[in-house]
Amino acid sequence: MFLKEYIKDVYGAIKSLLVGLNRTGYYFTHHKEIITEQYPDNRATLKMADRFKGEVIMPHNANNEHRCTGCTACELACPNGTIKVVTKFEVNAEGKKKKAIDKLVYHLELCTMCNLCVVACPSDAIKMAPTFEHSVYDRSLLTKILNNPGSKIMEGVE
Amino acid sequence: MWSLSKIASSLHGWLNSTFDPTISLIIEMVIAGVSIIGLFAVLGLVLVLMERRVAAWIQIRLGPNRVGPQGLLQSMADTIKLLVKEGLTPNGADKFLFNLAPFIAMIVAMLLMAPIAFAKDFQLWDLNIGVLYVSAVSSIMVISILMAGWSSNNKYSLMGAMRSGAQIVSYELSAGLAILSIVVLTGSLQVSTIIESQADGWWIFKGHIPAIISFVIFMIAVTAETNRAPFDLAEAESELTAGFHTEYSGMKFALFFLSEYVNVFIVCSIGATIFLGGWMPFHIGHWESFNHVMDFIPSSIWFFGKTFMLIFLIMWFRWTFPRLRIDQLLNLEWKYLLPISMLNLLVMTAIAILGWHF
Repeated sequence: MFLKEYIKDVYGAIKSLLVGLNRTGYYFTHHKEIITEQYPDNRATLKMADRFKGEVIMPHNANNEHRCTGCTACELACPNGTIKVVTKFEVNAEGKKKKAIDKLVYHLELCTMCNLCVVACPSDAIKMAPTFEHSVYDRSLLTKILNNPGSKIMEGVE
Repeated sequence: MWSLSKIASSLHGWLNSTFDPTISLIIEMVIAGVSIIGLFAVLGLVLVLMERRVAAWIQIRLGPNRVGPQGLLQSMADTIKLLVKEGLTPNGADKFLFNLAPFIAMIVAMLLMAPIAFAKDFQLWDLNIGVLYVSAVSSIMVISILMAGWSSNNKYSLMGAMRSGAQIVSYELSAGLAILSIVVLTGSLQVSTIIESQADGWWIFKGHIPAIISFVIFMIAVTAETNRAPFDLAEAESELTAGFHTEYSGMKFALFFLSEYVNVFIVCSIGATIFLGGWMPFHIGHWESFNHVMDFIPSSIWFFGKTFMLIFLIMWFRWTFPRLRIDQLLNLEWKYLLPISMLNLLVMTAIAILGWHF
């Protein structure tokens, strides 16, 4: 019985090693599988992965409207104080006061791309963009205001 | 026809006719030494580049492709970088041993070059115990590793060196037994005789299954002896941060690095000599015309082709297999490889006595 186990061991070991060698041999001979992106050369055609997280943006539609209600859920969710929501009160047509955002300040230099703000947002106002060329010469350029100037909240977003 | 042995013999004739024998012998020694050092440099450059390319392609990457055409000058640039770097010696290190160790590694690699037949009748020293000489000298390698690890004054280096000692001492055994199983067939330890005996077919074909088994065991054992993955416990980048050469920098590190690659070349050329016929062309039984075509390929190309094929095999192992733990490593040797190779040697002896081999 012992000898049977021994031979089975040797057989299994050799077989699994050969499976591994087969796989790497396939990659060695099939160069079209290579996934290296030669970045500065292929900048024009570079396609980032769908789930790549480069920075937080706030999408606006054609009428310069966003979906942010100013609830500050993203500010509370952020672990290192990257997002500051500056709110204001707008008076609408019926004379009622309503909370809205004045500025949504985003510090890219502090952001760790943890995605917690995007998860926390109840109205899907912010999302992650796949941009990554963020280098600038002045640190203050990294502090961004996410809502466009003069933008309003979209109709029907509460 | 052009051949290395013709160049060597014409040089020998010219030197002997111009100078007196003693001076021409000294000049020949100098020429041999310089060519070995030149071969070392070329091998270092070529093998490092080859390893990086093989590694990249196996890991679905491109590898070095920026310096020079297709990245061919990459290893040259690395060498220049290493040459101009400062060679630091740590404060608490044993300075003499620390500085001696890389040179011992290099000298051992140089000594091992002596009995290798690079082409037909082209060999530095055809001594009658060539194979024994190689296995004896290659075990001196461990001294340089132990020396480097001990003198570095660094516990990780020492640990790597100790592991390497245990590893090389155990794997020498099965490498020796694997070589012995072919020596049983040839009845000689001389490298040229072993190659001559393969004129009608290489031992890996002539020796039936036992020869194949001993070839496999030989490849495993020499991978362990040269401290390469999956047996690179002595270096183990991820746990010991390069083990015995952690504290080395600049050219002293480069010497260790170079001697690793040269050792790989040497063990592969020994494997090619013993199992795959060295410089002997590929011959099939009585196919006269086929054998004749094969004879047209120069013997040096046969030798280097076989050697580089085996080197590629070892590189392929390195980038495929995960590293073993130290107890698994010693289990593999003492529980699996050694019993199998002993049994294999017994079977091979029976084959040799009964004359069952071709």
